[in-house]
Amino acid sequence: MALSTELATDFAALAAKYPERRAALIPALHRLQAMRDGWLSPESIEDCAEWFELEPVEVYAVASFYPMFHLAPVGEHVVGVCRNIACHLRGAGRVLAEVENATGAKAGSTSENGRFTVETLECQGACTAAPMIVVDGEYIENIDPAGVGEILGGLE
Amino acid sequence: MSGHETYLLDRTRTAASHTLEVYRASGGYQTIERVLKQPITPLEIIDEMKASGLRGRGGAGFPTGLKWSFMPDRATDQRPRYMAVNADESEPGTCKDRVLMEEDPHGLLEGCLIAAWAMGLEGVYIYIRGEYLECHRRMQGALDEARAAGLVGSDILGSGFSCEINVHPGAGAYICGEETGLMESLEGKRGPPRPKPPFPAGFGLWGNPTTVNNVESIFNVPFIIERGAEWFKNIGVDTSPGNFLCGISGHVEKPGVYELPLGLSAKTIVEEFAGGVWQGRQLKAWIPGGSSTGFVAGSLIDTPMDHNSIKAIGSMFGTGAMVILDETACIVEASLVLARFYEHESCGQCSQCREGTQWLTQILARLESGAGTLEDVDMLEHIAGGMTPGKTICALSDAAAIPLQVALSHFRGEFEAHAGAGCCPVTDQSKVPVTDQSEVKAQP
Repeated sequence: MALSTELATDFAALAAKYPERRAALIPALHRLQAMRDGWLSPESIEDCAEWFELEPVEVYAVASFYPMFHLAPVGEHVVGVCRNIACHLRGAGRVLAEVENATGAKAGSTSENGRFTVETLECQGACTAAPMIVVDGEYIENIDPAGVGEILGGLE
Repeated sequence: MSGHETYLLDRTRTAASHTLEVYRASGGYQTIERVLKQPITPLEIIDEMKASGLRGRGGAGFPTGLKWSFMPDRATDQRPRYMAVNADESEPGTCKDRVLMEEDPHGLLEGCLIAAWAMGLEGVYIYIRGEYLECHRRMQGALDEARAAGLVGSDILGSGFSCEINVHPGAGAYICGEETGLMESLEGKRGPPRPKPPFPAGFGLWGNPTTVNNVESIFNVPFIIERGAEWFKNIGVDTSPGNFLCGISGHVEKPGVYELPLGLSAKTIVEEFAGGVWQGRQLKAWIPGGSSTGFVAGSLIDTPMDHNSIKAIGSMFGTGAMVILDETACIVEASLVLARFYEHESCGQCSQCREGTQWLTQILARLESGAGTLEDVDMLEHIAGGMTPGKTICALSDAAAIPLQVALSHFRGEFEAHAGAGCCPVTDQSKVPVTDQSEVKAQP
């Protein structure tokens, strides 16, 4: 698979912000991941490398350094649960248990029906609204563990 | 303490405060206009910033004006120069820059423009942590508005001065909040920090002179230039002037981001602003300024929140992000939460940090489960001592070790009570001989 014209245009627009093309690599990987089912496949890494005139392994080295890039397939929805100090103190453990219960997926895995990937997160900068979860990139703050099932059940 | 002078969050109380229209209605962009048209010379601005005594709000507390003055002289160094605004807010407990970017993005942009004029910058990159999608959207929206209004780009407001500003997303790595890790990341690479020297002012982005400043630091700039260093110095304390954004979280009734003068006592902040310890419980411990500053005994809550006062009790002011722990919290468990974080975020290039953070996590997990020994407590101290101070390329190793050292010095009895207990004696039974807090002394 090669980059679509749309993605190549996006990459060019990103690269125009910097004196060196490579600086656009991380924004480009975000864009690529968003356009291709929420993860970076080996083919995506190769496509990206070709556009940036890098070796695939160089792109892989970058992608693998950053927790927001998924290098394996994910479910239709990615649910992250912050477990760092402020959320920990305000019930993150119960929130995670409810998320695992509602999705049927343990942290670090995808549910059998492919609907949810559950992951634990380190501090997301929402400490004054703890506990919190992140669903498909959007923050849900001040979450009540009892309301987790309803929130996740209501997703399309 | 109420009715103190505020300025940082004033505009955020207006509806649609993130728009150019509302920002302009409150006098926004008039300072940069005056700077460019009068003009106020770059040297005058740097001198005013130095005179203000503003200390960087990203954690280290380094004087912002002094940092700016490190940029090489344009007459002898023709290289392009840049500023990276550190918006990678990732220090656990810290969520203040987010408020500024979401609610008052033009305020940050005006600060960037004044900084750009003062240091003769070609470009500014606002490096926003990848998870802060709303910040990214708001900053990009503000940037588009400002560009369309001739406030960003070439020949700003017809002055002949040009500067590009762009936003750049991170991707979830805490280490990229370290200034040289941030620059590596901005260049499209993995984020292990660079050895210093060379310092960013001499060799920064793409090998060019660069300054890296925190969001809240830059946000203060238009106020200081508009109202003067003398005005600024009248707020806060002599050694730490100004207001700061205090994010207070954990076991309090009203967690939130409050704008407060530096030097206000932590006790006042907890009781008068955050509504006190929640559920009528007693205070056990508190983190003064983000996870790296450690768990300080509750008996020291009278300490003023400013850089020198917090340093005097053996901790650090850090990002001013207070986390409150009530009497039911387990310090060993809380230490494990932080150790696990630093293990996850270590970039791995220095062995003390890569191995040390893993060992700390393993030993703390063993202790918390009740399967540890008294030797484990000594071992924690030994390992932490091997990780700090200044033994690694960057300060992440120190950031992992110091909070544990602080916790051990204030709560050693609680760590020892876990040894051989078979379970966590705090969260399981709340029966543990905690350190007598009246005996806790400030640590050197």
